[in-house]
Amino acid sequence: MAVAAEAATDTPCVIAGREFRSRLMVGTGKYASPAQMLRAIEASGAEVVTVAVRRVDLDRGKEEGILYHLDPNQYFLLANTAGCFTADETIRYARLARAAGFNEWVKLEVIGDQETLLPDTSATIEATRVLAGEGFKVMAYTNDDLITALRLEDAGAVAVMPLASPIGSGLGMLNPYTIRTIKHRLHCPIIVDAGVGTASDACIVMEQGVDGVLMNTGIAAASDPVRMAYAMRQAVDAGRQAYLAGRMPRREIAVPSSPLTGMLDA
Amino acid sequence: MTLSVNGCERVVPLGTTLAALLAELQLDPLMIVVEHNRTILRDRDRFATRTLGDGDTLELVHFVGGG
Repeated sequence: MAVAAEAATDTPCVIAGREFRSRLMVGTGKYASPAQMLRAIEASGAEVVTVAVRRVDLDRGKEEGILYHLDPNQYFLLANTAGCFTADETIRYARLARAAGFNEWVKLEVIGDQETLLPDTSATIEATRVLAGEGFKVMAYTNDDLITALRLEDAGAVAVMPLASPIGSGLGMLNPYTIRTIKHRLHCPIIVDAGVGTASDACIVMEQGVDGVLMNTGIAAASDPVRMAYAMRQAVDAGRQAYLAGRMPRREIAVPSSPLTGMLDA
Repeated sequence: MTLSVNGCERVVPLGTTLAALLAELQLDPLMIVVEHNRTILRDRDRFATRTLGDGDTLELVHFVGGG
């Protein structure tokens, strides 16, 4: 056990000087009930949980407010700007989120296309620059493009969040090469966001050496979200450890594991 | 006087304060964020003295589940 514990050591995930206890971050949308959401979050071991900013529905009552269910002292609330299509709209949502009074962090999303939910990268860069200038800690959702990622870091993002594949698609990581390149070239933490569909996807993401992964639908849309949350937690740990361990080189020839000598005469 | 609250018209007595409106709507000020005529109100202590005017626009938002 001592060896196993030693082997499992890792530095914490640090973003903008703040240490987070888990490399898995989870969303809070699409659950069947608040109780199920809470159990899934607990099973995931996540500290960072994302929330969306929306109008209070004055007809349906206040119970849909997530603060009635989620203890902000237990989790780090990361507000998103999901649903925003322009830089101005995104900035407005971020400011509203900050006024809630929990922190100055925002998961910035500027959607560029309704059908694919792919990001408007130029608007994301613009909004990042404005909000970083206002003291926000901007974690910027973007596509898996190196140049955009570099521009976002330059604009003041504290973390860049390239997608594995489109939001809610569950397609897993479509381009490990670009994710690795982004991680290699940027100095700020890289948190892969969106597209993880099952535990192996999360593991493969973490094996690229990124700092963390954020997911919502991959857990919430599973038949048993609580069990999938636990699977994701283990997959993120496994992928992280495998990255730190350093995988063997790929080769397209077989190499025996057992000695070639000492065989009996035929 | 008539206000626009989250996109819907709402008639309230003249001189209604923001705190009174929230109380009528049974909303806890600590659980929401208020934007009054496009200005975000960060100081909840001032809700009691913030008087609303005819034609004012209010957006009352909160956190909901999201990814």
